[in-house]
Amino acid sequence: MTMSERIKPVLLPLAALLVFEAWMRLAGAQSDSLAPPSAIVLALAGALADGSLLAATRDTLASAFAGLALGGIIGLVLGIALGLSNIFNRLMEVTIEAIRPIPSVALLPIALIALGFGYRMEIAIVAFACIWPVLIVTRAAVGSIEPRLIEVARVLRLTQLDRIRKIVIPAALPRIFLAYRLAAGIALIVAVTVEIAINPLGLGAGIMTAQQALRPDLMLAYLVWIGVTGFALNALLMAAQRSLFGRAAVIGEQA
Amino acid sequence: MAEPALALVQSSPSPARAQIAFDNVALVLGGKAIIDTISLDVTPGEILCVVGASGCGKTTALRLAAGLYQPTRGTVRFEGEAMRAPRREIAVVFQDYGKALLPWRTAAGNVSLALETIGMPAAQREARIAELLAKVGLAGHATKYPTEMSGGMQQRLQIARCLAQDPKVLLMDEPFGALDAMTRQGLQDEMLALVASTGATVVFVTHDLEEAIYLGDRVVGLLPHPGRVGLTMPIDLPRPRDQLATREHPEFLRLRRELFDFIRASE
Repeated sequence: MTMSERIKPVLLPLAALLVFEAWMRLAGAQSDSLAPPSAIVLALAGALADGSLLAATRDTLASAFAGLALGGIIGLVLGIALGLSNIFNRLMEVTIEAIRPIPSVALLPIALIALGFGYRMEIAIVAFACIWPVLIVTRAAVGSIEPRLIEVARVLRLTQLDRIRKIVIPAALPRIFLAYRLAAGIALIVAVTVEIAINPLGLGAGIMTAQQALRPDLMLAYLVWIGVTGFALNALLMAAQRSLFGRAAVIGEQA
Repeated sequence: MAEPALALVQSSPSPARAQIAFDNVALVLGGKAIIDTISLDVTPGEILCVVGASGCGKTTALRLAAGLYQPTRGTVRFEGEAMRAPRREIAVVFQDYGKALLPWRTAAGNVSLALETIGMPAAQREARIAELLAKVGLAGHATKYPTEMSGGMQQRLQIARCLAQDPKVLLMDEPFGALDAMTRQGLQDEMLALVASTGATVVFVTHDLEEAIYLGDRVVGLLPHPGRVGLTMPIDLPRPRDQLATREHPEFLRLRRELFDFIRASE
């Protein structure tokens, strides 16, 4: 890629920012919801320097990852079991389709009564949201494993545990990892939502505090930072996916 | 293992000596009779080739022998014992090698799978894997993934994995059917040499009549709808077989004619 081609995708957003900055300054606009980009950058720098932003990021990511781990494990185990057993799948079908559409945030009141404010409640809600993408993708991945491989496992007389460990999981792994990547995005969204709605923790609470303090620059700085965090998280997981399954994943998809 | 016997001199082997015995076996799948009464003894050490028009149930018969299917009626026995499930002494070479190999494991890893399953300690595996890969002509390809190998190499790899089981019986389902003619002939000869060195019993399903005669000590022709035995043909051709001399042998030509006539009449 040449330099000019590299620049092209950022030209438009950059121009928009400049126009916005100029308009805010020339009009001398005073607003509770908007701030010029330069003020946002300053607020961001300030929040980074005093450590409040990083502490909030730590709290949010800790909840998001704990929820992702918990929900991801539940989804993985259930997904494998449902993908392997037709009978179990039929038995659980109605239950799962009844629970799955519940928006995770709708569980807030119950979670609040059961667990109170704090990490545990947030983790529980994030976990609930993360179960489904992992469960559904895992179930489909396990259910669509090449039947010949299952026969190979039978002919080689692999034990049930070895069959899952050595055939089922590796065969489904690239898709399972993709499910985790989707779930990680959901985990961040749900964690911030819970914090904005109710939980006095992390980035979501930070954005609410800035709003109530009539600091649109800081509020928008949080917003930008959440975007950056989400972007970085996805980039990190993509890189991990590539380095973990690089050659084997590409080859596995061809086969 | 029982002493190797040459099937071609045995017109009717006694069930007690059979390595694999089909005793009045019938199979109904989804209400349809796939196989209706096959009785057949496979003698230890023999190479039995199974041919037949499509729909004659030859692949199904092989799966019964592997213990992947259970017969609806009758019994499939291994060394006199009724088969309830696949056994370690019986290895299966599938036709679609591309699907039967683990794409996320290297060649060495694929062979290792069979060794792990028989509980070989990790320290001994490496040497055994190298030995098996060398045996099938894949020395130096241990770190390749299956999709980085040609079809012929993939099928050799599957054979190496089967040999890792140290099988008494090799069940082969049209193993060379998807390969080009040159590769196929090369693999036929390599397989004969391998089998001669291990003394394994082979049941070889193929739709290639010449291949059946070239490889076999005996050829069984199945009749379709439902599958049953229509022809048993001892192959009295000298060994080792030779791609040119054997295929030009008058007896080969006579057998080929007989087998072609049988297949044509059965369709």
